[in-house]
Amino acid sequence: MNPLLIVFLIFGIPAGLSLGWVFLRGSSSLRRYILTRIALTLPMVIILISVVFFVLRVMPGDVVSSTLGPKASEAARENIMEALGLDDPLIVQYVRFLGDVVTLDLGNSFIGARRPIVDELGERLPATLELIIPAAIVALGTGLLFGTFAAIRRKKPADYSLRLYSVIVYSMPIFWLGLLLRLVFSVWLDWTPIAGRIDVVTNTTLERTTNLLFIDSILSGNWEALRSVLRHMILPAMTLGLVLSGVFIRLTRINVIETLQEDYVAAARARGIRERVVTYSYALKNAMIPVVTVIGLQVAILLAGAVLTETVFNWPGMGRYLIERISSRDFQAVQSTVAVFALFVAMISLAVDVIYSVLDPRVKY
Amino acid sequence: MIEEAAADERIILGEPSLKAGEVLYSLRDVSVEYGTRVGPVAAVDHVSLDIRKGEILGLVGESGCGKSTLGKAMLRMIARPGKISTGELWFDGVDLLKISEKNMRQIRGARLGMVFQDPMTSLNPLSKIVDHLTETIMTHESSVSEAAARDRAAQLIGRLGLREERIDDYPHQFSGGMRQRIMIALALALRADLVIADEPTTALDVIVEAQFLDLLRELRDEFDLTIVLITHNIGVVAEVADRVAVMYAGRLAELASVNDLFLDTKHPYGQGLLRAVPNIELDGAELYQMEGAPPNLLHTPTGCAFHPRCPAVMPVCSQHQPAFASIGRDHYTACWLYEDHPTGPEAHDE
Repeated sequence: MNPLLIVFLIFGIPAGLSLGWVFLRGSSSLRRYILTRIALTLPMVIILISVVFFVLRVMPGDVVSSTLGPKASEAARENIMEALGLDDPLIVQYVRFLGDVVTLDLGNSFIGARRPIVDELGERLPATLELIIPAAIVALGTGLLFGTFAAIRRKKPADYSLRLYSVIVYSMPIFWLGLLLRLVFSVWLDWTPIAGRIDVVTNTTLERTTNLLFIDSILSGNWEALRSVLRHMILPAMTLGLVLSGVFIRLTRINVIETLQEDYVAAARARGIRERVVTYSYALKNAMIPVVTVIGLQVAILLAGAVLTETVFNWPGMGRYLIERISSRDFQAVQSTVAVFALFVAMISLAVDVIYSVLDPRVKY
Repeated sequence: MIEEAAADERIILGEPSLKAGEVLYSLRDVSVEYGTRVGPVAAVDHVSLDIRKGEILGLVGESGCGKSTLGKAMLRMIARPGKISTGELWFDGVDLLKISEKNMRQIRGARLGMVFQDPMTSLNPLSKIVDHLTETIMTHESSVSEAAARDRAAQLIGRLGLREERIDDYPHQFSGGMRQRIMIALALALRADLVIADEPTTALDVIVEAQFLDLLRELRDEFDLTIVLITHNIGVVAEVADRVAVMYAGRLAELASVNDLFLDTKHPYGQGLLRAVPNIELDGAELYQMEGAPPNLLHTPTGCAFHPRCPAVMPVCSQHQPAFASIGRDHYTACWLYEDHPTGPEAHDE
């Protein structure tokens, strides 16, 4: 079975089930909204991959000169162009690509052994997920925790330090923070591995099924591998997560401060509700609504950040794949990667809208 | 120590020890100060007031006179930079300023309730009505099961004239008047002895307001309630209150039964307020308008704070602050018109 399919099932089944639950439980207008959103995702993805398709072909350079170099013979050149179907008229190539996408085949890579893109993504997508999911947890976790903490310590030293911290991490370029953390924790302190997803030696012992090494090592009970995977995961996830945490800290802080000043918070206190309950159940829950909105917007930034983080940490994910294939003008790979990214962002933003309707009873679609 | 703990326990549980007419809540010389960049501002300035079991006490005054602050102070809910700087808050025999925050929290909502001005924003938009009520009940009575709390919630909501099945609705599904009833239900969930209603009808239209005031009166009789009704609306006070306290610039200007206050107002400020109420029988006569505006509390005038606006001002008024003194049966005022003037310039200085 294709690892890409397994990964989709791992994330798709719970997501699908919860969507189905909301769908069945929700009002008819919510159902209509969900269906409309799913239907709208389709043209969005098509427009996006079409733009990418044509922009790639306007870009100077092509796969032949990037693989054979500038001095390739005309015959070799035509040979490759024909094999890849690049000599066909643009419109034919375009229709063929759309057909590939619709059949979920995605075609073959232009370079190397010309492996099916699906297989290549099956190796790369899990790596990216294994980077961005922990990073999102770091960003959201620190954001909500420290944001609330700063809000209840408003105008005290803890608040000022956290605000300073969030400005600093937010304005720090990801690759620079990555290099810095690597210098400190990998080179000077030697606590963490310097790059990659897993030790080379341990890797040979790990049986791969999903390519999500975290899950693979648990499935096969290979604790040595799990340890290695986690150790490798720390720095990249921290790099990406910390940079994004600044936004969430500031956002959570200001929203908790605002909700703590709401009348219903004063009213809850006047009813003798415990301060802990007031802070977390009243203030934080209400403050979550705008934060959830921003989570949806930040997913795109998370993916963009993943490209940089993967490059710094030599992490074999979608981001680095994209960069490599852009420079070798592997159109097929780039188009497909962008399509997967687009689908991912679209799905998250749908999820955010659905969460919104569950979180806030006032939201009507 | 042991005695203190026993007193705390008694006040949290509350025993129906008082008869109607006895003093339930007594404010003694209470001041509330807000720290500002230019120094402390006294929003409430040495107020002493007895609230009697079973009465509806109207607390009236212009915006910024300190009436809401006083209401909050009674629940010990003054947020920084404000603080209760002097005084005692005797509630059912215990000084609330002396007990721990934990005990105070247990009293809030259980024995002292509060209804806020704006019903549209006083309920958590993310929680169902029933959750507000059960949370309040179960916070104070840990032994009550969720189901029992739910039953009680439904009964209360029914008593307040809402359909019981609506407890599973969210606040935004109710109108302002309905929400204010829900706020009352929350205050009554644990049979509070004293409910402080801070401008509860300001956000309601007149018809809903009248219904709400009727309801307040009914509930007072039914639940043996004592109500402090904070309002700037003299008409509301005339309709429901038993006694009225008039505040000006953080101090009490006058305190009397509702009849005395409306028929025999002593303090010039109260007189002015009454003349400024539109009256259908005035028949074209121009409405009285009081000169000036309430003072900036950073620079409260010396002597009587009202003297710059007072039509009956005397030399003494700007020099000495009049005492809040009895001038008849159950009638108090702070005005030099009804008090012997100090003989020398230093006589009343402290």
